[in-house]
Amino acid sequence: MTAFFRLVVRDLELAFRDGGALGTALGFFLMVVAMMPLGLGPDLNLLSKLAPGILWIALLLSALLSLPRMFESDFDDGALEVIAMGPLPLELIVIAKATAHWLTTGLPLVLLAPVLGLLLNLDLASAPLLVTAMILGTPAISFLGAIGAALTLKAKRSGLLLALLVLPLYVPTLIFGISALTNQILNTGGAGSSLMILSAVSLFALVLGPIASAAALRAQMQ
Amino acid sequence: MAAASHPGQEFCGKPPLLILSTRTSETFLILSIENLCVTRGERPIIDGLSFNVGSGEALVVMGANGSGKTTLLRALAGFIQPKSGAILLDGHSEDARISDACHYVGHLNAIKTSQTVAENLSFYAGFLDDTLSQAEISDRVEDALARFALDRLASVPSGYLSAGQKRRLALARVLCAARPIWLLDEPTTSLDQESTTQLASVINAHVASGGVAIAATHLDLGVGPARTLQLDQKARSA
Repeated sequence: MTAFFRLVVRDLELAFRDGGALGTALGFFLMVVAMMPLGLGPDLNLLSKLAPGILWIALLLSALLSLPRMFESDFDDGALEVIAMGPLPLELIVIAKATAHWLTTGLPLVLLAPVLGLLLNLDLASAPLLVTAMILGTPAISFLGAIGAALTLKAKRSGLLLALLVLPLYVPTLIFGISALTNQILNTGGAGSSLMILSAVSLFALVLGPIASAAALRAQMQ
Repeated sequence: MAAASHPGQEFCGKPPLLILSTRTSETFLILSIENLCVTRGERPIIDGLSFNVGSGEALVVMGANGSGKTTLLRALAGFIQPKSGAILLDGHSEDARISDACHYVGHLNAIKTSQTVAENLSFYAGFLDDTLSQAEISDRVEDALARFALDRLASVPSGYLSAGQKRRLALARVLCAARPIWLLDEPTTSLDQESTTQLASVINAHVASGGVAIAATHLDLGVGPARTLQLDQKARSA
């Protein structure tokens, strides 16, 4: 386990030193959400109804923007080969790197979301539920994203390909992430079931992502 | 022959990982390659190659550009799955985890430019051998840096290093975690004469203590008594 934690800590350090990743994701998130009221007009009822959807879609797109970085720099400078020679199986390496990605991208985006919700007239009372849903749902973004990031590693300018591969996998997270909030806003109750499905999707991603991603990395390193 | 004296069944299901990492100097280790065939795409690169390397031996793999030196080392490191043939360590087929016994220094230096020289090495030391304590890691790193004359640059961000210094930093990695087999791909790239001599002495010391070094090169390394494996381009032109 020591090697696992050392890898996570190193990835966190590198992410903060290189700066780019976190800034890009947060900046993009902020800009997309800030544009929405300008585009949709000052109808507060409409905005608060759309707020969960806008926040989730913006969050997915911002996270997508930072996905290629998960393996790219380590692959390009040869560090991934050295790490692969270490004591960890490639699956655990993927888990470590996806965890670091979630901590540096997913988590900051989630914490920013309720603040940006104010721009969309999101009811403050539903902020805790929003954060809960996003914390439960965002691990799926990093772990399913790891598959796409590994598959498109050698493709130059892989952004579009990555989006095509990964966005369909994010649909369940998007649907149940939004339904958790709309249920509460419309007072139809039942946020609990949505949260449970969100967790299930994340757990599923936690298992499938590393296996598929490690297989892709093996093929890429041939 | 401590490793070979264990009954073979003990390794079933579990690769002899511990035996390799706790290897003492008396342990005798043989890496044998039997009738190895490696293809890239449809093209055969290595065809029917067999050789043995044992503890205390340095093997220099020579050959023209494109003769398969890198492919051979990557196959040994476990990155490329051979089409046929076997890579055996002490007689055991464990192609999946043979990489636990190897250091691989490829064409790429695996250096993080935003970390300092010492930070780069500390991570690899602690990661490749996760039994090391923090104090042991800094000892090893200090020693490795001194051996490659990088000690004065320890706290410099590695992005500022020259190409030769970066190469030395990559090579210093092999001293950070104890592993019996070193796979070095063109280790002398961009090294000056003095550093090449340093590298040769490091390799000689490793071999003298019972290790195995396999280096692909087309220049003379100046390593003590070394066997040479000549990869032939003719073998696969047809």
